[in-house]
Amino acid sequence: MNLLYDERLDGEIESVDKASLIAAIQAVAPKLTLLDREEDLRPFECDGLAAYRTLPMLVALPTTLAEVEALMRVCYEHGVPVVTRGAGTGLSGGALPLEKGVLLVMSRFNRILELDPDARIARVQPGVRNLAISEAAAPHGLYYAPDPSSQIACSIGGNVAENAGGVHCLKYGLTVHNVIGVEIVTIEGERMRLGGEALDSPGFDLLALFMGSEGMLGVVTEVTVKLLPKPEVAKVLMACFDDVERAGKAVGDIIAAGCIPGGLEMMDNLAIRAAEDFVHAGYPVEAEAILLCELDGVEADVHADCERVRGLLEAAGATQIQLARDDAERQLFWAGRKAAFPAVGRMSPDYYCMDGTIPRRELPRVLKGINELSQRYGLRVANVFHAGDGNLHPLILFDANQADELETAETLGGKILELCVEAGGSITGEHGVGREKLNQMCTQFAADELTLFHAVKAAFDERRLLNPGKNIPTLARCAEFGAMHVHHGELPHPELPRF
Amino acid sequence: MTHLQDQQPEYTAPGDPGPTFDAGHDDSEALCERVRRAHHERSPLRIVGGDTKAFYGRRVEAAHELSTTGHHGIVHYDPVELVATVRAGTRLAVLERTLADSGQQLAFEPPHFGDSATVGGMVAAGLSGPRRPWAGAVRDFVLGVRVITFEGKSLRFGGEVMKNVAGYDLSRLMVGAQGTLGVLTEVSFKVLPLPPAQACLRLELPLESARQRLGEWGRRPLPITGAAHDGKALHIRLEGGEGSVAATSASLGGDEEDPGFWSDLREQRLPFFAHNDSRPLWRLSLPARARLPALEGDWLIDWAGAQCWLRSEGTRSEESGIQIQEAAVAVGGHATRFDREGSADSPFTPLPPTLAKYHRQLKARLDPHAIFNPGRLYSDW
Repeated sequence: MNLLYDERLDGEIESVDKASLIAAIQAVAPKLTLLDREEDLRPFECDGLAAYRTLPMLVALPTTLAEVEALMRVCYEHGVPVVTRGAGTGLSGGALPLEKGVLLVMSRFNRILELDPDARIARVQPGVRNLAISEAAAPHGLYYAPDPSSQIACSIGGNVAENAGGVHCLKYGLTVHNVIGVEIVTIEGERMRLGGEALDSPGFDLLALFMGSEGMLGVVTEVTVKLLPKPEVAKVLMACFDDVERAGKAVGDIIAAGCIPGGLEMMDNLAIRAAEDFVHAGYPVEAEAILLCELDGVEADVHADCERVRGLLEAAGATQIQLARDDAERQLFWAGRKAAFPAVGRMSPDYYCMDGTIPRRELPRVLKGINELSQRYGLRVANVFHAGDGNLHPLILFDANQADELETAETLGGKILELCVEAGGSITGEHGVGREKLNQMCTQFAADELTLFHAVKAAFDERRLLNPGKNIPTLARCAEFGAMHVHHGELPHPELPRF
Repeated sequence: MTHLQDQQPEYTAPGDPGPTFDAGHDDSEALCERVRRAHHERSPLRIVGGDTKAFYGRRVEAAHELSTTGHHGIVHYDPVELVATVRAGTRLAVLERTLADSGQQLAFEPPHFGDSATVGGMVAAGLSGPRRPWAGAVRDFVLGVRVITFEGKSLRFGGEVMKNVAGYDLSRLMVGAQGTLGVLTEVSFKVLPLPPAQACLRLELPLESARQRLGEWGRRPLPITGAAHDGKALHIRLEGGEGSVAATSASLGGDEEDPGFWSDLREQRLPFFAHNDSRPLWRLSLPARARLPALEGDWLIDWAGAQCWLRSEGTRSEESGIQIQEAAVAVGGHATRFDREGSADSPFTPLPPTLAKYHRQLKARLDPHAIFNPGRLYSDW
């Protein structure tokens, strides 16, 4: 399986003369930084999904809105595809460049334009790092809630493109719940604002549509986020279990009791050992599973909730329950979880991170299924789980230098995602489809649904110039790889164009 | 073709306390057939649930009605998963009662505006109640939908999981689209536990001081879930744990108030909304920090300043309506004519040209023959 753009399946891209394109861009945006020498393009050849690399034809690094608008108009006129990139931390290849395309890098849009503590909003440029917003808000006792593990590096524009989550989503929501407005430049170089400071807008909820749209509908040039007051206190309970299923059941018990924790995370034994070895967070390496449960809010409530959750965990059969003594220990408990990916990375030359979601009740059976798949394909899998909201991150350990292991890892990953869909879940909870999960989209959606997605795309970008070959597979691709070919090789709607 | 997600996995066993099923009645095939006919005949449909919010928007000129009320029932509700999946024609009151029986609720507390209000109509209208600034809006709690397309196909988007970024978020796009993009037949919601404690307060304060206090309180993690000003007093609702509600209630001061104030505000049963008041009613959605536009009339402020209701005599004509909408746009918001008897030509604030263009293009792609509620939001589509 090759993830690189395939014109036969993903649609033809016209070839244009690079020199004349550069001349056309420079004519309207003389100060725009353009890179086109191979050694300058090299750092941009991949995003966080580093196994796949393509050199773009050209990299553009704008600093002004006028430059973005001018660039889009030229690309539109010349029929040149545009792939937008933020910090390049995405894990699904959403910012993988195109050989015949321009890579629009928004990292120089890195200013916080306004932060109003009374209105509790911040208006920022898309290249501002996620964590930088919370840091700027901290002196006012405020913060920006979504906290993906990459928050130290990832940009808010990329968060919008992926509808990024984090470990506090169940209570505080995803990017879609915390971004109140965006400014967009369309493929035709027009500017428009979606949402804003008022809590709703007339017309369609295009703001929601653009969240997680992976750069397929427009380029984000400004983001307005809401800020929340920092909870007065936060406490973390760590519970150990000698059985994964029991840990999964405990999660349901906490929520059924009417308690919505700020964070509720689960790790299996392999992930625990990896994290402990790396961070020394004090995790019990012999446990089959641990749960980290963060309760936050006003002191009196948190104290009462802690007692209640402790009782529930005991009743659920936890072998050991530990309340972080102070803020330092709380941070340490979280540090192990947040470093779980790189920690697993130390155990194996390579790892492949999956991102399925499932209804929580399916957890024990899905974990069992993953275990069986792991044995069948002969690769180890560590599991890290946003248990509160059903988002599972199986990490497949492999060695790319061993013949066929990358391919085996990908096949195993695909099987795991199909397992999630069968359990009533989704192939991606927060990492996005990008290039990586195009084929699995054929499993999750039927041809008619994909066709409707293409219709939405066409309303904003009829010529398919924004990030082509990502997010939504063509029917031709699904016919070749996807679930459709199990239907006797007969595609529904043979009359439809296979773009 | 059968959807992989629709196949109940063999190993799904109801947990404990477990999912509840209510068979209700599945009328989706008849609804699809009706849409196919309308598509074939190029004959527009007016989509109707409980018909309680017909006043909210433009009058739909259509030869035929498509009623969703025969398609009802709670398909799947599992309190442990915090998810409920409901057919569009289910009465909103039935859903809310079922959730309350398990100690849960729709946190965005949607207005009903009548006993017959349906879940589908509520989602299509996209209106949220007093808790909106703190808990979120309808769209924030919609996880998935089934929708009938212009060709009469029933498609599914999103699902029953909290996080799902596969494909475009068409579920949320349907919220507030008032049926102009397709017929909603089923919606999955994220539901939340009812708060253990509640306190309602009334503080006699002029609007300006109320705004100042709200600004200051908003920066602290207080359990506020309602803040409205009626011209004389600030009404505050607190919801959360016993401890925090008691402590906050004591520190904010004011007099205790009947919690009925909040349902009366949501359902527009307060005297301010009296039906025998013939003055037009306007809803202004504004940034909370914006100054109120200088418009004649009486104000009722909700959502801590972000949703402002105006009763104004001199706003009957199209021109004065445009003036109100322009005044709202000037401070970063928009205004909607909200009368029950009104049949205004442009109740919603006109869109800027680029935005209008993409609205038209999206409508043209999803409903090319304009069979779904034509002209409901704007006259030209």
